[in-house]
Amino acid sequence: MDDINITKNNTADDLLIVNNIEVVYSHVILVLKGVSLKVKKGGITALLGGNGAGKSTTLKSISNLLASERGEVTKGSVTFSDEYIHDLDPAQLVKKGVIQVMEGRHCFEHLTVEENLLTGAYTRSNSREVKEDLERVYNYFPRLRERRSSLAGYTSGGEQQMIAIGRALMAHPTMILLDEPSMGLAPQLVKQIFEIVAEINKKEGVTILLAEQNTNIALQYAEYAYILENGRVVMEGTAESMRDNEDVKEFYLGISGEGRQSFKDVKQYRRRKRWL
Amino acid sequence: MSVELLNFIETVLNGLMSGVMYSLVALGFVLIFKASGVFNFAQGVFALFAALTLVGYQTGQVPFAHVINELFGTNYHNWYASMPNFLAIILTIITMIALAWIVERLVLKHLVNQDPIILFMATIGLAFALEGVGDLMWGSDVKVLDVGIPSGGSVWLEEATIGLAAEGSDYYGMYIDVLNVWATVVAVILVITLALFSQYTKTGRALRAVADDHQAALSVGISLRTIWILVWAISGFIAMVAGIMWGTESGVQFSLSLIALKALPVLILGGFTSIPGAIIGGLLIGVGEKLAEIYIGGYFETGALENWFAYVMALVFLLFRPQGLFGDKIIERV
Repeated sequence: MDDINITKNNTADDLLIVNNIEVVYSHVILVLKGVSLKVKKGGITALLGGNGAGKSTTLKSISNLLASERGEVTKGSVTFSDEYIHDLDPAQLVKKGVIQVMEGRHCFEHLTVEENLLTGAYTRSNSREVKEDLERVYNYFPRLRERRSSLAGYTSGGEQQMIAIGRALMAHPTMILLDEPSMGLAPQLVKQIFEIVAEINKKEGVTILLAEQNTNIALQYAEYAYILENGRVVMEGTAESMRDNEDVKEFYLGISGEGRQSFKDVKQYRRRKRWL
Repeated sequence: MSVELLNFIETVLNGLMSGVMYSLVALGFVLIFKASGVFNFAQGVFALFAALTLVGYQTGQVPFAHVINELFGTNYHNWYASMPNFLAIILTIITMIALAWIVERLVLKHLVNQDPIILFMATIGLAFALEGVGDLMWGSDVKVLDVGIPSGGSVWLEEATIGLAAEGSDYYGMYIDVLNVWATVVAVILVITLALFSQYTKTGRALRAVADDHQAALSVGISLRTIWILVWAISGFIAMVAGIMWGTESGVQFSLSLIALKALPVLILGGFTSIPGAIIGGLLIGVGEKLAEIYIGGYFETGALENWFAYVMALVFLLFRPQGLFGDKIIERV
């Protein structure tokens, strides 16, 4: 594996730089084995990979939600707009403008939709701005306006994902760490959610780091992508180069050189060796 | 009205009143359980500690006087003769807030995301430690607590009801302790305030958010530690109110901490996560106890049915409705 040296040639438009971090859970389980990545200001960067590749862990080590899961960054550093952030707690990070939308949505079930959104503004004190932002979120997600007074627990999966994203937006972030927004949603809905995310990215200038298993859709919306396997970055490149890469096509998009074929016909020994 | 009916009403009323006391203790449990997932075994000791501290401030006791005198051969006992009730209560509240902060610092902070059983064990340890500290600080003698709440039978009610019985019957009016009426009024005010606070303030909303999902609350920038200190301080405050009521009734003594055990059946009845549950559970247990004592107590030679009947009620509930009357509403999406 070629380790990319991230610390070299830092450019000013890299908002977030993760430098060779190692993460250990419960003092023994090594999950990330030296992950480095850079996120460009104002763009959408995707973090791809299968189950257990370390996508969520990478995001959580940036947002520092690891501590509450007995995880720990043991090596490496994380810088956000030229500031070390790996020893800040999540509340301080949210104030600095980094917020995570967790995998599996995690809405507050017994709060109404509107209350859910308002909790996102917990760190802010200007109530007039908060009110304006609430209106903005409702404009991005008109569906939430209709359901504003129902309990979040009773809303559908897609609506809950909207709540989770809207809630993050209420913190007025510079960067959103978006963990698997497609999880458990119908393809139609996934597309709709990604459209809105792209719109938020464009209109609000919010930088987005997206962890996604759905490689296909992630590469449609992201500009740059990293592929994680087994706690390491195994590949990186622009979204176009990824889409055209034979290996990515075969392993992540399910298209082989001979076009689509039935999985029955793919002999195990014929499959290319994975990168590890 | 027949004497039997009047007696029944009196029993129910007294049951409701003593139930309010149970509710007060259970409320402290529920708040902490909801916000931090900890079953706080030390809640009873909190009540004891608050009552001890209040009496200590009132009478101007020197904290740790015994220890200091023993070590340095001095003879300190009291700083001043007395302090206004109002001031003493304020100081006690500040002490309970400080206690919440210390508990978070020393115990909770280090046990984040551990198994509930570990946290539970930690609160048992906390209970014993705090009982010890209370003993060292204020001494173990039984103290009289008087913050000016009237107690004794209500003459007004007695006179109002004496005429209700049929002419010529042997009836002397209803007996209700005024202290219990006060306890009820205070409890009602407390619950309404809490409800308004958690429903309509930003912090209250954050509190409910934390109760729903720790991780998500953390992710939107709610500091769990602040919320925990707040919640422990609030239940410290509730413990103080309970401590005042129970302490006024039966003196401040170390057996006061056992009221925590009385709160257990209340919680099982009402559900561990429901504030209305704690209140209604407490009332049900209070009424059930008193009725059982009066109407079926005679069949048990040993008597003292009141002491264990609550636990039997809890057992029955565990069999048929383990989540309690108002236990966590399980949201099912369709």
